[in-house]
Amino acid sequence: MKESTRLAAALILGLLAYAAMNSIYVVNEVQQVIITQFGKPVGAPVTTAGLKLKIPFIQEINPIDSRVLEWDGRPSDMPTKDKLYISVDLFARWRITDPLQYFLRMRDERSALSRLDDILGSETRNAVAKHELIEIIRTTKDRVPLRDTLLGESGQDEDMGLLVPIQKGRKRVEQEIFAAAAEKVLVFGIELLDIRFKRINYNESVRPKIYDRMISERRQIAERFLSEGNGEAARIRGNRVRDLNKIQSEAYREVEEIRGQADAKAAEVYSAAYNQSSAAVEFYEFTRTMQSYESILSSETTLVLSTNSDLFKFLNGMSPGTN
Amino acid sequence: MASETDDLLEQGRERLAQVGGPRGLIVPAILALAALCAWTSFYTVPSDSVAVVQRFGRYLKEVQPGLQFKLPLGVDVITILPVKRQLKQEFGFTTPGARDPYQGSRRHNGKQETQMVTGDLNAALVEWVVQYRISEPVKYLFEVREPAETLRYVSESVMREVVGDRTVDEVITIGRQEIESEALTKMQALATKYAMGISIDQVQLKNINPPEPVQESFNEVNQAQQEKEKLINEARRDYNKVIPLAEGEKDQRIREADGYRLKRINEAEGDVARFSDLFAEYKKAPEVTRRRIYVETLQSVLPSIRNKVIIDEGTRNLLPLLNLDPRKGEKS
Repeated sequence: MKESTRLAAALILGLLAYAAMNSIYVVNEVQQVIITQFGKPVGAPVTTAGLKLKIPFIQEINPIDSRVLEWDGRPSDMPTKDKLYISVDLFARWRITDPLQYFLRMRDERSALSRLDDILGSETRNAVAKHELIEIIRTTKDRVPLRDTLLGESGQDEDMGLLVPIQKGRKRVEQEIFAAAAEKVLVFGIELLDIRFKRINYNESVRPKIYDRMISERRQIAERFLSEGNGEAARIRGNRVRDLNKIQSEAYREVEEIRGQADAKAAEVYSAAYNQSSAAVEFYEFTRTMQSYESILSSETTLVLSTNSDLFKFLNGMSPGTN
Repeated sequence: MASETDDLLEQGRERLAQVGGPRGLIVPAILALAALCAWTSFYTVPSDSVAVVQRFGRYLKEVQPGLQFKLPLGVDVITILPVKRQLKQEFGFTTPGARDPYQGSRRHNGKQETQMVTGDLNAALVEWVVQYRISEPVKYLFEVREPAETLRYVSESVMREVVGDRTVDEVITIGRQEIESEALTKMQALATKYAMGISIDQVQLKNINPPEPVQESFNEVNQAQQEKEKLINEARRDYNKVIPLAEGEKDQRIREADGYRLKRINEAEGDVARFSDLFAEYKKAPEVTRRRIYVETLQSVLPSIRNKVIIDEGTRNLLPLLNLDPRKGEKS
């Protein structure tokens, strides 16, 4: 009998230890816990981390993540308002704010994610179909793009290197989707924190057309470069002819001016001296004539002189008067 | 009934005796347990990391590098985070052999990650790298479930937002730096807003290309640009060949004209000086001077003339011509 009491005591001790083990549980920093009793939630959710107590065996713990969770949408093709097929990929961040509601409605995360798929998917389609593509591509309405100084050199080209204007922009479209979806997920105990477009791309079928457009745009730019080059070269050649003529004619003008001034000055000097009196005029005439003889009369000249001339008047006699 | 229970008890006791066995076995078992506890109580935090300690799931403290102590048997759980290490994420390409699963682009994602639509509705392929660190370990662990994955989403989203606001020319050539800095500020803002415990240090753009079918036409533009430069340079060469020379020639002609001017004036002044001096003397004795000059001039002129004919007024009827021998005339 003594043996059996010891055995029973050990058994009870073991059971108690097991019950004790079963009545404590750990709540991690990233969890919140719903206690269920035969599958039915009891009490408020446990939201603080640490070592906790519960009724053993009867109560079960259901940990639910308390962190911010991510939702990554699958890329799906949809048309925009301007009938372009694009592939849109979204991501959202959400957290479970009402764990009890969430536990009742969703049970697990997989069904929550599929709900988010449905709701966000359809809201995205709605929003995208209501807007033109550029509205979900661009964000800042009044941004002025930088322009390649090489491209915009002449500035005549207006439609190059410009952004397509927008009314709303990506942020506003995101907010519209967010606002519509956030309301719908509240009933699941979920709070949608925000959504953002992750990827927006042209659908495979649209791409060739886009590429063709890009190619023609580039070709057009290339042609413009060539003609700009030829034009500028022609301008320079024109400058060359103009500048050459300008320089040469300027040189001619200045040379003639200088020579004219020189001649005028010389004339002035001469006339000042020669014109001082009638005697001077006469004397100048005489000396100048004398001077000219030296150059006019060469060895080939035949000179006929009379004995009446001043030089030879003494040839026939000492006193010409008596001749 | 009683004897049956007794029997069962007896058997149980025998088994217990076999298991519990000799007292000698219990002591080593306790010692082994103690050793295990001691062994699992110590851990090392690497120098580039910190450890976050959770006791029964609740956050306890942050532990600095070195040999550290914790409560064993799952009471304290530690997570080691490399807070000082520069981590990076690559978009559009993957450096092989990376240990961080979030570093490279996943599976066939690489191509899709790069495709973007620009603000002028063109397409571009953009590759980039984000450098970041874990700045707040507690937030990193407890606020967001997949901080690194979320960072990838944020990065892709922000990069498209920034590229979406730019023209294809800005994206491919002139706007790279601006894109990097704007993407960085926007990612930092989102990282703070999302409380991910991550600080983003750098955004670097890698290859940016137009889509493959379009690349050739982009090259054409580059070639045309070069051609344009060439044409202009050639025209400039022609210009430079001629114009400076003409300038020089102009100066030459002007200087020559200047020379003419000096010569002309100096000569005039010389002539006049000579004349004036002579004239002054002439005025004193006009008749004599006149005659002297006349005779002197003829004296110097006549000898060089070969044919000189002198006629006498009085012998008009005779043959008037007297042909002087040129040789003689030369001599005299």
